[in-house]
Order: sequence, then C-alpha cells, then structure tokens
Amino acid sequence: MSTLTPTAPRRRDRGGPWLSLLAWVVGILFVLPVLWMVLTSFHSEADAATNPPAVLAPLTLEGYREFFSGAASPWPPLLNSLTASILSTALVLLLAFPAAYALSIKPVRKWTDVLFFFLSTKMLPVVAGLLPLYLFAQYAGLLDNIWLLIVFYTSMNLPIAVWMMHSFLSEVPVEMLEAASMDGASLARTLRSVIAPVVLPGLAATALICFIFSWNELLFARVLTATVAETSPVFLTSFVTSQGLFLAQLCAAAFVVSLPVLVAGFAAQDKLVQGLSLGSVK
Amino acid sequence: MTSVAEKAGEGQVGSAPARPPGAARRAAGWSRRAPLLPALVFMIIVTQLPFVVTLVISFMDWNAYYPDERGFAGFDNFRRVFTDVNMRDAVATTILLTVGVVLISLILGLGIALLLDRKFRGRGAVRTMMIAPFLVVPVAAALLWKHALYNPEYGLFNGALTWIWGVFGSDNPPQPDWISTMPLWAIIFSLVWQWTPFMMLILLAGLQSRPLDVVEAARIDGAGTWQIFRSMTLPHLRRYLELGALLGSIYVVQTFDAVFTITSGGLGTANLPYTIYQIFYQAHDYGRASAAAVVVVIATIIIATFALRTVSSLFREDSGR
Repeated sequence: MSTLTPTAPRRRDRGGPWLSLLAWVVGILFVLPVLWMVLTSFHSEADAATNPPAVLAPLTLEGYREFFSGAASPWPPLLNSLTASILSTALVLLLAFPAAYALSIKPVRKWTDVLFFFLSTKMLPVVAGLLPLYLFAQYAGLLDNIWLLIVFYTSMNLPIAVWMMHSFLSEVPVEMLEAASMDGASLARTLRSVIAPVVLPGLAATALICFIFSWNELLFARVLTATVAETSPVFLTSFVTSQGLFLAQLCAAAFVVSLPVLVAGFAAQDKLVQGLSLGSVK
Repeated sequence: MTSVAEKAGEGQVGSAPARPPGAARRAAGWSRRAPLLPALVFMIIVTQLPFVVTLVISFMDWNAYYPDERGFAGFDNFRRVFTDVNMRDAVATTILLTVGVVLISLILGLGIALLLDRKFRGRGAVRTMMIAPFLVVPVAAALLWKHALYNPEYGLFNGALTWIWGVFGSDNPPQPDWISTMPLWAIIFSLVWQWTPFMMLILLAGLQSRPLDVVEAARIDGAGTWQIFRSMTLPHLRRYLELGALLGSIYVVQTFDAVFTITSGGLGTANLPYTIYQIFYQAHDYGRASAAAVVVVIATIIIATFALRTVSSLFREDSGR
C-alpha cells in the first residue's frame, strides 16, 4: 500500500536523532512483553520463575514438550479454532461480497440506511444475544457443536466485512464500469476483469481480519462449547486452572495459540491497517 | 440512529438514476436488492431475533435452578437491575475502563504515529515491533500480563525492580502486588498495550495522507512545528481520531477476556459484559441477566447515537454514486 511508504520529504529536524532514539525505545517497550513471553517459553520452569529474571538462562524446548504432551492435548482445540475461523471467514465473504456489491456498485435506494443497520448490529453488545443462543443451542442439541460457533462468528464479522468490502468496492472507478457495460460485458466478465483487480487486496484484508477476530473470540466459545468443540482461547484459560501455574509452559501455550495470528498479521501488516480502518484510510 | 443515517443519505437523493416505468422498474429494483438479501436475512435472524427473545425473557421470572417457578415478572427484573449495587458499579467500571483505555491509547498512539511519520533508520522495524501487541490473542495477552508481568514474586516488572535496585547496590527493592493494589489500572494498562498499536496504525495512515505541499508552503511562510500541528495536522487527523475512538469504543466496551482472566471480576473490576456473564452463567438467573442485557443495549444505543452524530463527518465524504 502506497500510504505507508515514506512520502515526507527530508526536512531539517534539530531533534532528529533523539526523536529516532525515542521511537526505538517506545517500539522496544511495546514489543518487550511479547519477546518476554517467547523467551520465557524457551526457559526451564526453574529459570522462568526467578527474581531478578534469568534472562541468559539456557534455552530448552521443555515447555513446548510438556504443553503438547500434557493430559489434555492442545491439538483438538487448535483444530477447532482453525475450522471455526476458516469456515466462518469463508461464509462471511460469501455473504458480504454480494451485499457490498448491492451497496456500492449499483446501490439500492437508501443504501446508507442499510449500511448503518449493519454497523448498528455491531454496537449491540454480544452479551445481549448470549442467553437466547445458549437456550436455542440447548433445545436444538447444538451445545458443544462447532457449527453453532461458525454461525455466530459469521454474524459477528459480517457487519465489519460488509463495511470494508463496501469501501473497497467504492474504489472501482465508475468510468471503467460504464465502459464495461457499454462494451456489453457480462456480469461475470465485469467482475473478473474490472472489479477483481481493484478489490482482491481488500478481500484479503477482510478475510484476515475476520480470521483474527474469530480466532480470538472467548466469551461465546466459553459458554457454548465444552470438551468436543472447545477452541484454543477456551483451552488456554482452562489450561491454567487445571495445570496450576507453570510459567514456561503457559508462555509456550500462549505463544502457540497466538502464532497463526502473529504470522498472518506480520505478513500482511499493510493490508491489516487498511482493513482495520474499514477502508476509509486510503 | 436513523436521523443520522438519513442525513448521511441526503446527498444520494438527487443523484438517483432515472427510473424505467412499472414492472421493469420493479424487476430492476429486485435484481439490485437480491444480492443484499442473504446477508440481511442472516443478520436479522442471528442478531435481532435473539435480542427479541432476550427482551421477552427480561420480563420473566426464570432461574434455571428453579425451573418450576417460571412466569411473568413484569418489571421486577428491571427493578432489581437498577437497585443492584453491583450493577451500578459495573456501569461505572465499564465507563471508566472504556474511556480510560480509548483516551490513553489514542493519545499514546498519536504521539507514536508522529514519531513514526519521520524518516529514520529502522522505521519499518519499529513499526513491526509496535504492531506485535495487537496480534497476540487477547486471552493469551491477559494471561501473559497476569502471570509473566504482574506476578509479585517472579513477574517481569518486579524482577526488573529487583535488578535495577541491585545495580545500585540495594537488596531492598519495592515489590508491589500490582493486581491487588491497582486492579482496574492493571486491566487498563494491559488493554492500552493492546490497543495503542491499533490507534497508531490508523493515525499513521492519516498522517501520511496529508497533503505535504501545503505543509511545506506553511513552513516556508515561517510557521512553526507546533503551529503546523495545531492548525493543519490536527484538523486533518480529526476523521482518523474519530474513527479510532469509535472502533476502539465498540470493542473496548465489550471487554471480557482481560477482566475474566486478570481479576475474574474481583476487586471492583467487573464490567457489564462480565457481570451479565456471571448472572447468566453462575447465578443462572435468566430473567435478571436478560433485563441487564436489555438495559445495556438501550444505553449503548443512546451512546452510539451521540457518538455517530459526532463522528458523522466520517460518512459525509462517503457519498454514493
């Protein structure tokens, strides 16, 4: 994305070096807890729980070995999180794209009202729907079922996705759409050769954000799942209470669960910015 | 909320395309609306319908522990919600938590964005470091803060204090118990750490979309750095500040993970989502939980309407085709 490449011409800053140093210090302060988590996860339990901290203690994979070979395997929750996040993201895109299309390329009347409706559902505190969904799940025998989470995560991310897709689609130049219809291009062809090139990066950003929010969700997963459909955030919380406190193991667990998001987020930093600001930042 | 929406939609009326008559028009209308319907129907079923059910249950006596006593309760649940001290405390906590986190992370984010708006060696690296907190799964972050940083015996903070005091030859460093002495601030700090990067990213993008020729012209005319910031940068950033505050509030109001993990709602840190979770999940008082949820929704709508009115500048430029 072009907005994040340096555009400012060099100017004469007197405090230049100091401000740069300050920026570095702030950056390091912010990343420090994450680095500390990673470092601790590679320490032995004895070295992890020392005061003052044993920064230079020998590294070991003990914490990870214990985490993966524990009484409760982390694999099912990790797979559940992956399933719920990927499937709900796919569902979101499937529903959001046509909706955003109807709101921006050939807008229906009162399209701003519809857009506001979508955003307003996001302002409904999720706890307001918690009980009915729980009761419904109980009656329908869907408690501890991953599909219920998928449906809920879809509704959780759909408004944001519609908003993001709408602003990305609005960037498709009108002249190109007119030219395409003048040439008698079919809808499929217009989508493929006019809309797709402009919108694909936005689609990727939307998908990434939906994935992250689904992967992170705790409240509903905690209430609606138990042992079978448990997701990784729920596993993390129960992990601490059932194991007592093993700091190195806890850091290993926290790192493993955060890894997919960290990798995806770092890989697509620029997309993330664009997406998180609902595309209004261009 | 509709009034704001209508205002935002005004620009649309004049530019409505000329309509073909009768049946053709209706068909065209439906072909425009059709792609919208699946998403709309889905959202109504999954978010609005449950809320209606919540509304109904809020007027019922319904405790899962006493299933036989289910019945109509009138406004009893609401009366209990409004007279409940815990509930009032939860409201205050929610406001303090949300305003505190959003304000502090906006200000910090603005400062850092200004630092990163300059060219310097390793700018990309610093930005990448800054993003990291936002990418740690919230529960994992809360656990990290609680156990690896705040822990009074071997947490990093007290460890660092021990180390610094040791450097100066003292073996009597202060070792505060962070979470029990300042529980709400402990949560606020961890959330500020998670949200500052988000604010920073939005504001940085805003800074970099500034028209630089104007800034350069002002500089040549002899305007100082502060003057340029006050009268050019800040007005330009207004949209981005509003966007950050709006999105931040929507998410921070609903904070559950940090409260649940760091203090389990103890020590006066129970916010509304956590309190409702407790009434529902531990007390199994469905009626009261629903009434509390309804009150929260109404309060949110009121606040959101005001918020949207002030941030409507976000949508003014967003006029249609």
